[in-house]
Amino acid sequence: MSDHEQTKLIATAMNEGSPQAKALGFTTLEIGDAVALLKVPYRPEIIGDPETGVIAGGVVTTLLDHASGQAVHAAMATWTSIATLDLRIDYMRAAEPGLDVMARAHCYKLTRSVAFVRAVAYDRDPEDPVATGQATFMLDSSAGKKAGANLKPSRAPRTKTGAVDQ
Amino acid sequence: MSDADTRLVSMLDSIPYARFLGIKAELAGDEMTAVLPFAQHIVGNPMLPAIHGGVLGAFMEMTALAQLSVAAPMKRQPRTIDVSIEYLRSGRPLTTYARASIKKLGRRIANVHVEAWQETRSAPIATLRGLFLVAPSED
Repeated sequence: MSDHEQTKLIATAMNEGSPQAKALGFTTLEIGDAVALLKVPYRPEIIGDPETGVIAGGVVTTLLDHASGQAVHAAMATWTSIATLDLRIDYMRAAEPGLDVMARAHCYKLTRSVAFVRAVAYDRDPEDPVATGQATFMLDSSAGKKAGANLKPSRAPRTKTGAVDQ
Repeated sequence: MSDADTRLVSMLDSIPYARFLGIKAELAGDEMTAVLPFAQHIVGNPMLPAIHGGVLGAFMEMTALAQLSVAAPMKRQPRTIDVSIEYLRSGRPLTTYARASIKKLGRRIANVHVEAWQETRSAPIATLRGLFLVAPSED
């Protein structure tokens, strides 16, 4: 299996297997070489301003986060768990009501533990963006954590002072 | 119901996307807590499982907008200029809460900080800092 085929499988799993991505109807239009292009279809349920019919900024946030994550996977040779560390989004203008929104993300730098991503969201023209995003991801984020780890009760907060264990 | 209460309820009821996520809010005096009940469709990573980071960002942005609606009557809904989100812990399959603090509400710009937590308020799972374009009613 080529790297591109493997990346496509990861993208499909991230769209179909993630309940929120599925609920919003995310699809991956292109993926490969550290770049991912995703689409969210316009629908009335995701409107943020009922007066204008413009989709909510939060939907664009989720699309940019998701596309950025796929760009990280497209930049790595083998699959590893990732987690968003931070995400900064500038909203340039309202998306046009009735149009689907696309997000193109590029993972432009990978280090051993961190990935850096830039992304653009647009409706008609990538040169006339709705929003731009910048994100960092931690690599191998669930190292040692097993599936279902979040279902167990949380650990007691770690003590920060030099308490001596008896 | 106070005027602020009325504005808050009508804002959250009128926004389809707030209903899509299931966001609610409680007001005690001028202190608002936004509530995001856990639901399967907000999961991002089904393995852990963890709430989608985008949903947490969206929830905190909506909390900031709701807090602005409580703070003052607006001629129109505030527009988000930018947000900066930090993810501190993964969102577990539990109810998530958020509170916003308006650092400044000017004639055109509002600066808002938001913190989201689950079981322990002192161990937030994510924070957001946002800038909003506002149009407070002049009365």
